Amino acid sequence: MDLSLSTRTVGDRTIVEVGGEIDVYTAPKLREQLVELVNDGSYHLVVDMEGVDFLDSTGLGVLVGGLKRVRAHEGSLRLVCNQERILKIFRITGLTKVFPIHSSVDEAVAATD
Amino acid sequence: MATVELLFSALPEHVRTARLVAAAVARRAGVDEAVLDEVRLAVGEACTRAVGLHMSNGVDSPVKVSLIEDEKKFSIEVGDEAPHPRFSLPGGGRGPRPAGGGRVEAEGALLPGARDEIPEPVADEDEGDGEMGLAVISGLVDDVEVSADENGGVIRMSWPTTPEPVLP
Repeated sequence: MDLSLSTRTVGDRTIVEVGGEIDVYTAPKLREQLVELVNDGSYHLVVDMEGVDFLDSTGLGVLVGGLKRVRAHEGSLRLVCNQERILKIFRITGLTKVFPIHSSVDEAVAATD
Repeated sequence: MATVELLFSALPEHVRTARLVAAAVARRAGVDEAVLDEVRLAVGEACTRAVGLHMSNGVDSPVKVSLIEDEKKFSIEVGDEAPHPRFSLPGGGRGPRPAGGGRVEAEGALLPGARDEIPEPVADEDEGDGEMGLAVISGLVDDVEVSADENGGVIRMSWPTTPEPVLP
């Protein structure tokens, strides 16, 4: 199992669909993707984590890094996740207060606050 | 000796292997299915931290994972050989050990001798230094002990293997 990444745009939002395992080995690929998007001017990101089987603190660090990058451009980074085992990691680390977490891509795209 | 011991080169691509092996041995030892995700995550965090310590300190030796099956618990020890100078005491002695046989509450007892350095939950940078990994472990595992000295460190974690029966 490796990491899969695909992107698409919906209006002014860029959806990053992530699949597989995000860990110390694969997280750099996700970071490269987020950095590339921000460098190309995509500042409103929705990271769809429904296909993620495993996430660790390295992956969390990359998401936090992505959030900092978009915020530097007054952008946003929203997460889509319904998996309890993934949500638990965000809760343990207090990151549920940092990331807007949505139950669907449609909801994340529609969110404006 | 440990039920299963795993030595792997301190490279990120091998951490997944350690997770898979640990989860397989834990399942066989009778750790509850619902807890296996936590075992997988905790051992992954511990190995990630050890790999980072070896790489940043230029340590060539492998990371060691010991999986130990006892009658009522399943234990994992992840050992690194990176120097931890902040844990060394004057005279080179080991850090203080918790009283009472080594079982400690995770919160507040993490990193004995370095309580002021308990990590903030949010990483400052993309590249964590393993401290957020420790925060995840302490949030996940009830029975965890972290020790380290100038010769290396060990994270010990355990889970019960005989859960209380749930009555209808």
